[in-house]
Amino acid sequence: MINVEAVYWLIGILFVAWASLIAADANHPRRWGSSAFWGLLGLCFFYSTWVQAGTAPGWILGIAVLVLVVLASTGLLGHGKHRTTTGPEREAFAKRFGNKLFIPALTLPLVTVILVLAAPVLVIGRTPLLDPKNTTLVALAIGAVAAVVVALLILKPKNPATPIFESRRILESIGWAALLPQMLTTLGILFTKAGVGTAVGTLASGLLPKGSLIAGVIVYCVGMFLFTVLMGNGFAAFPIMTAAIGWPVLVQGFHGDPAIVFAIGMLAGFCGTLCTPMAANFNLVPSALLEMENKYGVITAQVGTAIPLLAVNIGLMYFLAFH
Amino acid sequence: MLVLIGVLLVIVGFAIRLNPLIVVTVAGIVTALLGGMNPAQILDSFGTGFANSRSVTIFVAVLPVVGIIEFFGLQEQAKILIGRLAKLTAGRVLIGYLAVRQITAAVGLNSIGGHAQTVRPLVFPMAEGAALRRYGHVPEKISEKIKGHSAGADNVGVFFGEDVFVAVGSILLITTFVDTTYHLHLEPLQLALWAIPTAIAAFLIHGFRLLRLDKQLDKEYREYELTAQKESAGEAK
Repeated sequence: MINVEAVYWLIGILFVAWASLIAADANHPRRWGSSAFWGLLGLCFFYSTWVQAGTAPGWILGIAVLVLVVLASTGLLGHGKHRTTTGPEREAFAKRFGNKLFIPALTLPLVTVILVLAAPVLVIGRTPLLDPKNTTLVALAIGAVAAVVVALLILKPKNPATPIFESRRILESIGWAALLPQMLTTLGILFTKAGVGTAVGTLASGLLPKGSLIAGVIVYCVGMFLFTVLMGNGFAAFPIMTAAIGWPVLVQGFHGDPAIVFAIGMLAGFCGTLCTPMAANFNLVPSALLEMENKYGVITAQVGTAIPLLAVNIGLMYFLAFH
Repeated sequence: MLVLIGVLLVIVGFAIRLNPLIVVTVAGIVTALLGGMNPAQILDSFGTGFANSRSVTIFVAVLPVVGIIEFFGLQEQAKILIGRLAKLTAGRVLIGYLAVRQITAAVGLNSIGGHAQTVRPLVFPMAEGAALRRYGHVPEKISEKIKGHSAGADNVGVFFGEDVFVAVGSILLITTFVDTTYHLHLEPLQLALWAIPTAIAAFLIHGFRLLRLDKQLDKEYREYELTAQKESAGEAK
């Protein structure tokens, strides 16, 4: 079986490879800080395997993570100058290869989707070929490897390590944002352990005027929205807001249809995900990936959809869920 | 209520634009201390939190292939291809992507796209290519706006598409939480069904905004040309 840990090791190996490239680059302005950051991040991916299995202490990894944060936020992490193809060179290549360039780009989603769909029948003996709990992740990693192989076969670069050199360029433009989604997940866990959720739930139910259905619907939906903005995802917000308002007030009090109340409540939370830097993998990593001037440019583009959609969700819940 | 100080730290930290990594780390430590955890437990939480959340960093595995095809001019080819289609504008390219993303996510194929695998190498260059065909030149400000909306179309499409599919994380979270806590028996299919009205509304609202995006870009380009003319006139004097 291809375990999801193999995928994490692949990512770890990539980080270590990029770190070595940076260490070998004498012209890099932050040569040692940057290679230390990416190298340590790679080692954390390996070490995590044993932390997850419960056979290694988590606090050592905790210290390493804090070192990463210090490296990234004290200016020790920086961008190298990369020799890549220039605009005219790329145009010449584009003329030469034409639409063949799309083949590797389409191999990735195609292989991924085929593997995800075929996973239930890909069984050797009694063991599934792909880790059944993480089929998508494993399929995506295999798709990524297959796409690199296809790209090498079609484009035949002089140096077969071109994918690694070129991806280092993209990685360095993402920079510290690459670590942020994982840090935010940790923050969510700490928030929950410390009881932030219960405190917000108490606040929200305290705000609610008794006996008004529309007020209940608004506080539940807006609460899901705001709490998702704070936590970065609707999954953390849902149990809290549902325990505070969704279940006791809307379902038990006003006899709302639970399927409608909860489905739409979650979607009100998704509107919050569109508006928050806390959802870094959706909102901040893309602006880094696209090399945008304004880190919050993706959020700016989405707010105009999120707010009216929140209002639509409130209306839908009010008119559909209560008969 | 004291633990909410951590939340406040996050809001203030992001508002004054400190490095988010520092903001998040400090807020986490402060919240944990207020919640009564000791330093050893806090370090342990940072470690296990990192180990358990490695899946969000999966986009890194896609970078090598994106790197090599960009090296050989994929973005340029995407622009050339779009440039041949006269009727396509940036907004219409993005509406098309929004529709594809939403429909594929609704049938469970949300791994088909993403910011690293489709938005950067394909969607943004196509949308920018359409703008290039229309204006002949894409100023930085317009390019920036197209970037934001390219990522936005991906997010809106996948968020409000995937919830129509029964076996997605958010639906399963609802059923497991509600069924164990309140002893209900909600069918994932019922929840998925009631996600459809919002999915349609999301497409209409976002699609409408993308249509208007073309007009906004037109306007911004006219302003850009005006200031460029004024500047060159100023130099002539």
